[in-house]
Amino acid sequence: MSKLTAVCLIMLAGVLTNNMVLSKFLGICPFLGVSKKLNTAFSMSVAVTLVMVAATAVTHPIYHYLLYPDYTYLETVVFILVIAALVQLIEMVLKKFIKPVYNALGIYLPLITTNCAVLGITMLNIQNERGFLSSLVSAFAAGIGFMLAMVLFAGVRQKLDDADVPEFLKGLPITLIAAALVSLAFLGFAGIGG
Amino acid sequence: MEILIPVIIVLAIGVVLGLGLTFADKFMSVPVDEKQVKIRECLPGANCGACGFSGCDGYAAALAAGEAEPDKCAPGGENTAKALGEVLGVSVTAQEKVAFIACGGRPDKVKTTFEYTGFNTCAAAALAGGGPVACEFGCLGFGDCMRACSFGAITLKDGVPVICEDICGGCGKCASVCPKSVIKLVPKGTKVRVNCSNKKKGPLVVKVCEGSCIACGKCERECEAGAIKVTDNLAVIDYSLCTACGKCRDSCPRKAIIDVRS
Repeated sequence: MSKLTAVCLIMLAGVLTNNMVLSKFLGICPFLGVSKKLNTAFSMSVAVTLVMVAATAVTHPIYHYLLYPDYTYLETVVFILVIAALVQLIEMVLKKFIKPVYNALGIYLPLITTNCAVLGITMLNIQNERGFLSSLVSAFAAGIGFMLAMVLFAGVRQKLDDADVPEFLKGLPITLIAAALVSLAFLGFAGIGG
Repeated sequence: MEILIPVIIVLAIGVVLGLGLTFADKFMSVPVDEKQVKIRECLPGANCGACGFSGCDGYAAALAAGEAEPDKCAPGGENTAKALGEVLGVSVTAQEKVAFIACGGRPDKVKTTFEYTGFNTCAAAALAGGGPVACEFGCLGFGDCMRACSFGAITLKDGVPVICEDICGGCGKCASVCPKSVIKLVPKGTKVRVNCSNKKKGPLVVKVCEGSCIACGKCERECEAGAIKVTDNLAVIDYSLCTACGKCRDSCPRKAIIDVRS
């Protein structure tokens, strides 16, 4: 298998088959919380993708050179530590160099620390015994998958605003039902790519 | 001793990250206005966006730059406004507001143009040729404001919405749903109100409603404090000058100015 095919496969799997939000049900909090408007959903996903790739780039060597093979049980603690520090660092960089983006993201930026999709992708990369580069590609794919889910769902929610929803389903109930239906649609990708 | 190595590993990673962040903070630190930090401390941190800025930080930045008024924070209310005033060195008189329905046409003074049998909401009625009420600026009386009120301060009595000013929180939700924009926010505790919103010229207004302001200007001449002015064919009270003497009410030939005390 050529390298390009491998990259394509990882991308396909990360974005569609193993979509972080819609197939693995990770990162549901921002998925429901920040998907009201298309532009915030998009900027949130960009930030999450950035953190995912950066976190994988740091946690992968830490795991393989520091923790493996004796202290693998430290994985969760150390990864969370690294992700928290990375989010802080990215916040500083954004504040210094790209102020408009920092202002637009506001409160959502520090909240990425507790986004389980970020921890999820770093741990999944270890679990699937991926190499460094393919880990990075898969983290990027997971971020793009997150973005796809967020943007799709933001569209669904904007349509929902105009729909005549029965009184007892208004608000979060109809949002959860809609999320379930979108997730069901993604089930159609199961089996592609692996 | 087995436990020591993992402890050291985690500690080392923590120290390295901590030092990294400290250095990053040194190099990346953006000079923040000290005033802005102080202002931010006064704000409740709810990040609700009611002030119109992107969260409390955005509002604090705008305040520090002098681009915003210190009375915009809805959750903080009067106390926050006062604290902000102290930091900024300006005196803030955060005036609580109440909603007032500036229309005295309902139920019998205003003329009805046709019989409306559609949905029982003001929004729907307003779509049907402006509604069954002859006055373009008149209350339709289907109670959209009542349903919008989150304080339960508005009741509908015989098709006339009545606001209980003691319960009213002054949020302005009713004013935003009213399709005729009849509801105005006025300072709490004021006594004299112009009970009409019609901005058409006198002869036209007389034809549609008996209790309307015809912009004759009598109140303007009677007022000793100069607090009432006719603008756009409608008497408007400037509450910073009004002494609540009630002379405008007594002089109004149309009984369009009311005293909420009586």
